[in-house]
Amino acid sequence: MAITKICGIETEFGILLRGAGESNPIAASSLLINAYVNELARAGSSFGPTPKVGWDFEDETPGNDARGTAPAGTMAPEVETHLVNAVLTNGARYYVDHAHPELSTPECAEARSVVKFDRSAEMILVRSMEAAKRLLPDGQEIVVYKNNSDRKGNSYGCHENYLMDRAVPFGRVVTHVMPHFITRQIFTGAGKVGSEAPGISVADVPYQLTQRADFFEEEVGLETTLKRPIVNTRDEPHSDAQKYRRLHVICGDANLSEIATYLKVGTTALVLSMVEDDFLPREFVFNAPVAVMRGVSYDTTLRRAWELVDGTTATALDVQWELFDRARKYAEEVGLECVGDDVGRDVLHRWETVLAGLESDPMSLADQVDWVAKYRLIDGYRERHDLSWDDARLAAMDLQYHDLRPAKSLARRAGLQTLVTDDEAALGMSEPPSDTRAYFRGKCLQKWADDIVAANWDSLVFDIGRDPLRRVPMMEPTRGTEAHVGSLLAGCATPAELLDKLGS
Amino acid sequence: MAEREQKKKPAREKGEEEIAETPEPSEKGEKLKAELDDLLDEIDDVLETNAEDFVKSYVQKGGQ
Repeated sequence: MAITKICGIETEFGILLRGAGESNPIAASSLLINAYVNELARAGSSFGPTPKVGWDFEDETPGNDARGTAPAGTMAPEVETHLVNAVLTNGARYYVDHAHPELSTPECAEARSVVKFDRSAEMILVRSMEAAKRLLPDGQEIVVYKNNSDRKGNSYGCHENYLMDRAVPFGRVVTHVMPHFITRQIFTGAGKVGSEAPGISVADVPYQLTQRADFFEEEVGLETTLKRPIVNTRDEPHSDAQKYRRLHVICGDANLSEIATYLKVGTTALVLSMVEDDFLPREFVFNAPVAVMRGVSYDTTLRRAWELVDGTTATALDVQWELFDRARKYAEEVGLECVGDDVGRDVLHRWETVLAGLESDPMSLADQVDWVAKYRLIDGYRERHDLSWDDARLAAMDLQYHDLRPAKSLARRAGLQTLVTDDEAALGMSEPPSDTRAYFRGKCLQKWADDIVAANWDSLVFDIGRDPLRRVPMMEPTRGTEAHVGSLLAGCATPAELLDKLGS
Repeated sequence: MAEREQKKKPAREKGEEEIAETPEPSEKGEKLKAELDDLLDEIDDVLETNAEDFVKSYVQKGGQ
């Protein structure tokens, strides 16, 4: 029986310090996050994040490989411990990663919750930009972009994470997620003018479905910054490693469309549940996965068929329809508890609607799919002004689609459907989800930030002024929910009481 | 796999498109076009003023 698909998204944002000439992105990222954290702390809000609480790197092992051993020559990702790293009261982590601001949502129990906290993350970035602007000299501002490429060959990620049953052989996971990752691009793509792959000109690819496909060079591997693999093998469960693995997905685009984020996470959670329950009889093994990954992204007609190792061919839509049909059958025969019953049914409904739209008239999805929404704006502008696809104004519009400043964002003007209200998302800036261990983390930070010296995904470290520091492990992502610990936390006036009751 | 065989919808010839779409503009098509025109007017006001410099200055290294 598939386990609950606890999931979340970590987004690296593009950043520019405007009005200051050359800018140092690391300094700008630090300033941005510190401005947010310090402003909330100064406001004395009990829901504010706590600059005192740093990230605890105790359990970070990004070099572990799900295949057991990494091939020789593999570069393990570095863990940087010296840059800004805040843990927020909604259970999220907000930090400087390499040269980008990054926000990881709290652990969520289903796809709609991920959409909500992804929206909350955008709001946190918007407020950070405003706070930073108040600190900067007149004429300067920090601007954040929710995209994945600078159009010059540099990419930064929007990674997804899904909790999986460790008992499932990793090879089976790879077999089935590979075709899903390659073909889901038709609705997860955020769109891009041109290509950054070597040797591909704007005449070859004037516009493609995704931001990221250009940057994938391997099928399976551990890297995230070079020779990026379609299936990443990082084996760092941030939970009980005997029971769980965390599938780390690095090939997706950052979406502005809530429907796109919803489907990206919702369909992937369904596919992974079917993998766990061995419910996918048909294997779509492409002859050349890396070439097909790019080819799907370059084919805006969605009509191209790709060769499979069994000698047959399939279009991206063929693969998605097959996965959808199996998921519908899975819902009938097994149920959708592992992805949330209501959300699971709604994801199925929207998945079908979007596939049907892509099949009959992709442009009908301009209010749901980012690549279509962006294409509609850019192609409309191109026709109006009779521009060629390599005109800088179209490249600028491509970037500006992702500008998070409400006054500048083109995505905000594109008429995209929404799933969550502004009020819900605003609450999510400070309130954790109630149905995962993020609840325990967030609520403890709201109540006792001064007594917590460090936090990470699977533990909190308390300093209650006596004895050594006390670490409270949280190895079960589905525990520590409001149902589990709500009354316990409400009944404790001090962290010492909590620790006594927990017996730690 | 013949990478170059793909049809490129965005690159389709402008003339071709006009021939295909001008004869019987449907009511729905007209409405969509009017909506897009309004939208393009609206975004005209917020677009980056110096596109070339902006695109050139947008450099993002060190990402995953």
